Amino acid sequence: MSVELNNVLGTRWRKPPLIQRAWLRRLLWIGFFVYLVAAVATIEVNWLRVYEGLDRGLLFILAFASPDFLSRSTDIWNGMVESIVMTVAASVAGIAISIPIGLGAARNIAPLPVYLICRGIVAISRALQEIIVAILLVAIFGFGPLAGFLTLSFATIGFLSKLLAEDIESMDRVQAEAIKASGSNWLQWINYGVQPQVMPRLIGLSMYRLDINFRESAILGLVGAGGIGATLNTAFDRYEYDTAAAILILIIVIVMALEYISGIIRARVQ
Amino acid sequence: MPVADRNGTRVWRRRTQAQSLFHWAIWLVGTAIFVYCWQMISEATTWFFVWDAPRISADIWTRATPPRWEYVTQLGEPIWDTLNIATLGTIIAICLAVPVAFLAARNTTPSVLFVRPIALLVIVSSRSINSLIWALLLIAIIGPGILSGVMAIAIRSIGFCAKLLYEAIEEIDENQVEAIEATGARPWQVMTYGIVPQILPAFAGIAVFRWDINIRESTVLGLVGAGGIGLQLQASLNVLAWPQVSLILVVILAAVVVSEWVSAKVRGAII
Repeated sequence: MSVELNNVLGTRWRKPPLIQRAWLRRLLWIGFFVYLVAAVATIEVNWLRVYEGLDRGLLFILAFASPDFLSRSTDIWNGMVESIVMTVAASVAGIAISIPIGLGAARNIAPLPVYLICRGIVAISRALQEIIVAILLVAIFGFGPLAGFLTLSFATIGFLSKLLAEDIESMDRVQAEAIKASGSNWLQWINYGVQPQVMPRLIGLSMYRLDINFRESAILGLVGAGGIGATLNTAFDRYEYDTAAAILILIIVIVMALEYISGIIRARVQ
Repeated sequence: MPVADRNGTRVWRRRTQAQSLFHWAIWLVGTAIFVYCWQMISEATTWFFVWDAPRISADIWTRATPPRWEYVTQLGEPIWDTLNIATLGTIIAICLAVPVAFLAARNTTPSVLFVRPIALLVIVSSRSINSLIWALLLIAIIGPGILSGVMAIAIRSIGFCAKLLYEAIEEIDENQVEAIEATGARPWQVMTYGIVPQILPAFAGIAVFRWDINIRESTVLGLVGAGGIGLQLQASLNVLAWPQVSLILVVILAAVVVSEWVSAKVRGAII
């Protein structure tokens, strides 16, 4: 019997650790705890303020049980309509713009200069957050839904072009080549060789983006870019928790409905 | 194969008559909806400001460049706060998301009829409300500061992490679970030796991915008063200190790029 087996016999089996080297494992744990302590130490908590706030927190949770849709119904209605309008218009415009950019950002279709430009646009759009873009656009175009529309369109471009380009890059070359061999021009090649392959995923992603755009449109109002956010902010400022709860419930319900619809559509096209 | 009759010769077509009519109708409805939405936006817009936009943006650009580089010395602490908000928020979110995910997954939930819908409701409510709104709410309750930011990030991330995690749990290999069960393991042992090892890579990937997103989100939480570099951004915007604004934007961009790089590296190492 080998020595190794003798050593193991009679002792209980123990789960092997995730990181084999003991010193590295301990170092990581120690580093983690040091960071945790340092990070928690930076949080200044005014416990008295928290304690006083708990009553308000309770009120807010209770407000979810009796949301007030009525007393600010016109504000809520206008805000919701504006949010939905912005979402729909921005999704349409964003998708329309992101298709050519997605084609340009796919290495197997586009020549190198076009590829670099399109990838640059995608990178900029993905790195800037919606709310920061919204602040800048509100400063440039003034308050109102136009700034929100432009913000959401811009954000849609980065998201959709990147995923579309990745899908095109992983498509089946053979089909596209077959179309080319039949003597098609460039547009026909894209339309009959590439588009049928990526269409299901494009539809799925577009529905998903519509959903994200609606969620984002709810915060654009905070910086004056239109939508339900302004109404929600006012409700919080006035401590009208029942109205705020009503708005939050509406947002959740609409997001759930959108997710349900997009699930059906995605299941059908794929 | 759908064909069209054109001057006596049969020409190939992609769709039959009915199909193309249907497509045409969908396009018509879609365009009508878009035009209607655009009109609503257009009505609510002051077009004078829009026509003036090129001049304004050129003006802002000249004010904002060059960035005020000396100001970067004052940004060290806000960036550290931002990092802490994102990291602590992610840690809290993961701790809370794990039980929710196990309750929501079809194969581990104690009750499909009662517990699962509640867990799914928690996930969808947390996911559908942006962290800025959670921050607004928490600021009204517990006051402005880093704590509100951490909590807002945590609440927002629970849904995201739990959703991806429960999908990973539902896709596990049942044979391994059964093998552990066959050794006479208790439910907890089945969990630790049968299920957890299978979802651990997915779990680590989700955690790092969410941490990356949280860094982005925590940079703007300060706009509503929840700590981090957003506070400086808001303060600079309020006094129209454009050189500072552009510097803060550069710092935020750098933070986002670095966090994305880190998360891509870590995920590449795990998976």
